[in-house]
Amino acid sequence: MVEGYPPEMRKAIKIVEETREERLKKRYRRLSLEEREQLVKKWHPDYRPDTKRALRIGPSKGTIVYNEVADILESWPIVDPEEIDLSKIDYDVNILIIGGGGAAAAAALWSLYEGVDPDSIIVATKLRFGDANTVKAQGGIQAADRPEDSPVRHYLDTIGGGHFANKPELVRALVMDAPFIIKWLEDLGMMFDKTGEGEMIEYSGGGASRRRLHCARDYTGLEIMRVIKDEALNKGVHVLEFSPAIELLTDPDTGAVSGAVLWNLETQEYIVVRSKVTILATGGFGRLHLAGFPTTNHYGATADGLVLAYRVGAALRDMDTAQFHPTGVAYPEAILGELITEKCRSLGAQLVNANGELFIYELEPRDVVASAIIRECAEGRGILTPTGVCGVWLDLPMIDMIRGPGTLKRALPAMYRQFIRHGIDITVDPVLTYPTLHYQNGGIAINVHAQVLNPMDEPIPGLLAAGEITGGVHGRNRLMGNSLLDILVFGRRAGLTAAKLVKEKSNKPKISFKHLKKYTEELRAYNIPRDRKAPVILPDYRGNPDYRGKNPFLKILRISI
Amino acid sequence: MSSQKTVVESSPKGSRTVRIYFMGKAYDVPEGLTIMKALEYIGYRFIRGVGCRGGFCGACAVAYRLPGEYRLRTALACQTTVEDGMYIALLPYSPMEKPKYNIEEMKAEAGYILKIFPEISRCVSCNSCTKACPQELEVMDAIQSILRGDIRKAAELIFDCISCGLCSIRCPAEIRHMYVFQLVRRMTGKYILPRAKHLEKRIEEIKEGKFDAEIEKLMKMPIEELKRLYSERDIEKA
Repeated sequence: MVEGYPPEMRKAIKIVEETREERLKKRYRRLSLEEREQLVKKWHPDYRPDTKRALRIGPSKGTIVYNEVADILESWPIVDPEEIDLSKIDYDVNILIIGGGGAAAAAALWSLYEGVDPDSIIVATKLRFGDANTVKAQGGIQAADRPEDSPVRHYLDTIGGGHFANKPELVRALVMDAPFIIKWLEDLGMMFDKTGEGEMIEYSGGGASRRRLHCARDYTGLEIMRVIKDEALNKGVHVLEFSPAIELLTDPDTGAVSGAVLWNLETQEYIVVRSKVTILATGGFGRLHLAGFPTTNHYGATADGLVLAYRVGAALRDMDTAQFHPTGVAYPEAILGELITEKCRSLGAQLVNANGELFIYELEPRDVVASAIIRECAEGRGILTPTGVCGVWLDLPMIDMIRGPGTLKRALPAMYRQFIRHGIDITVDPVLTYPTLHYQNGGIAINVHAQVLNPMDEPIPGLLAAGEITGGVHGRNRLMGNSLLDILVFGRRAGLTAAKLVKEKSNKPKISFKHLKKYTEELRAYNIPRDRKAPVILPDYRGNPDYRGKNPFLKILRISI
Repeated sequence: MSSQKTVVESSPKGSRTVRIYFMGKAYDVPEGLTIMKALEYIGYRFIRGVGCRGGFCGACAVAYRLPGEYRLRTALACQTTVEDGMYIALLPYSPMEKPKYNIEEMKAEAGYILKIFPEISRCVSCNSCTKACPQELEVMDAIQSILRGDIRKAAELIFDCISCGLCSIRCPAEIRHMYVFQLVRRMTGKYILPRAKHLEKRIEEIKEGKFDAEIEKLMKMPIEELKRLYSERDIEKA
């Protein structure tokens, strides 16, 4: 069993300890916008020439995206439409929600509040209901609700953090709905961190000009998810677990999205669902391991919804940017790439290079901090682990020195647990960190009603989307605490829009694969290899090159019976 | 153990390995891997028994024994490194019905919990639940706190619960802990913790349209001006 730090890393920790007293009095200065831009352009993976290419097919043809994203968008459907019998409909519903995280649960609840019959809603999830990045979000949820703060400030922080590329009306919705969302969660019985008088205990997040992060210890996302999931189940929402969507269905007369084909992962049966409205809440692309990075994301984050939406004509935006969380685990190997929450830096922990020096202000926006860490390692001021991973120190013991003994264990129990399991006590020792793939900044274009847009900015009838699958809310870089907010603000809006559309539509739509005809013609024209198929559904780590415990001796043979 | 001869010789040369036994088969895997990564190394591709891979979702509960020990240990596959001689089984699902209730019609009182989950009164304080908890929570104390009527204490004790279900599998009283604790937390959040008054005030201000004009102005502002405003904004101390 591997326990604690090896001797060579112990030696490097000495330097951190020796400089700690002096550093406690210091902070690195904030960079100007120009300095930030220079740093990011030089070191961030978004700017590496070998990581991306232009899409050759589909509605956003010519758009630059990461290679791994281009691969799945330029892919064949995983099943031959000819083999699926659409005359037998398994579920005929008003609303089909695809996805199992916070956006999906919020959409279900808010359509119920608007009077949609729970028996006419299906939530189809790939893994279990609640298996999503939502439960991994530790840091908190932003909402400008303190007297010193305002939604106007929240707007400015979000737009600035997003490099002014955000869609303004989406940001307005985000910041103005925020306090209502917090109130909704409070009413449902979420246990926020509060003072004895009920005042929310709020922290700073990177790129935010006010303390605005509402938390539930460092289990904020988990607490949100379990509360809204519990409520959705109490209200009688039907959930089909282990049944990911593999293709959308469209009405051949109107082009409207009219349902989906699901795939029962365990029995391998397909399930035909017809719906008046379909909501995509399938999350992002972390498990595609862009540019070969490890990821913080949950097992199912393979951007399936992106593929499905693109095939029915959705426009993409800001898909050439990815968020690399500055502080992923670089040691121990067993939890490589897992998240070390930004809250550590909010609480005062400093980033320190091999020489014991500060090199960046810790609460710059994430792309800036990540770029600075990559620079330190590339220029030889990083620390190498025995397995050849480079990183810089995050000096966690400082937290108790600044905020009093016991703070760290109280505020970051999940973090403490994660490291003590591997023999590292973070109240005593720093941790080694390197950027890790964290978030899909861009995605499919939507309007403020969560309707999916085509390249002409017109809504695709019958199709809504919310959460990480969408683009525009966060521009080219998301701020900490804005994603938990995003999924609930736009999950709610999707639910409200869906309820309205259901009431307007009296006729049942027709279902077909007509939209695939044009798409597959393009695939054929560009000679896309027949074995390249999407959606990905689940990653395969049996010999995956990104997977550091990979087994080169495996000889896997796929046999279909 | 000697009857297990099916050793798979598939480890990278030079790396140190440990021998694990998964569902009766023996495998040599590199040391330092988590149980989850070790099983993928062997050649398994998970559908069940995997979720967040970071210790938050409770999907990957496992039971194992170590050589020479009678004790049945429990853990999360994504958080536990393999040890030499480990006998491992996955427990990806703990069978239990989730009862439906309306939180609006309740109070933070043990009676409401006992009505839905009468089995908690069968707790014999054996502490098997606490020993099984991979989060090292005081599970039994939480159940006993409910029985004493201290809902808030119970909620604080098990706040870090990740609903893996291991406690319920071990419990002789057959308590459905994860659902009991979900109700306990919601009761605490809704009826015991004081409400945030500053939040109510801000909601009133937004309803009155206090910020509409200012946001409208920012939305229409030329980018250069917006950039200037952003750079010059004052920043509150962390």
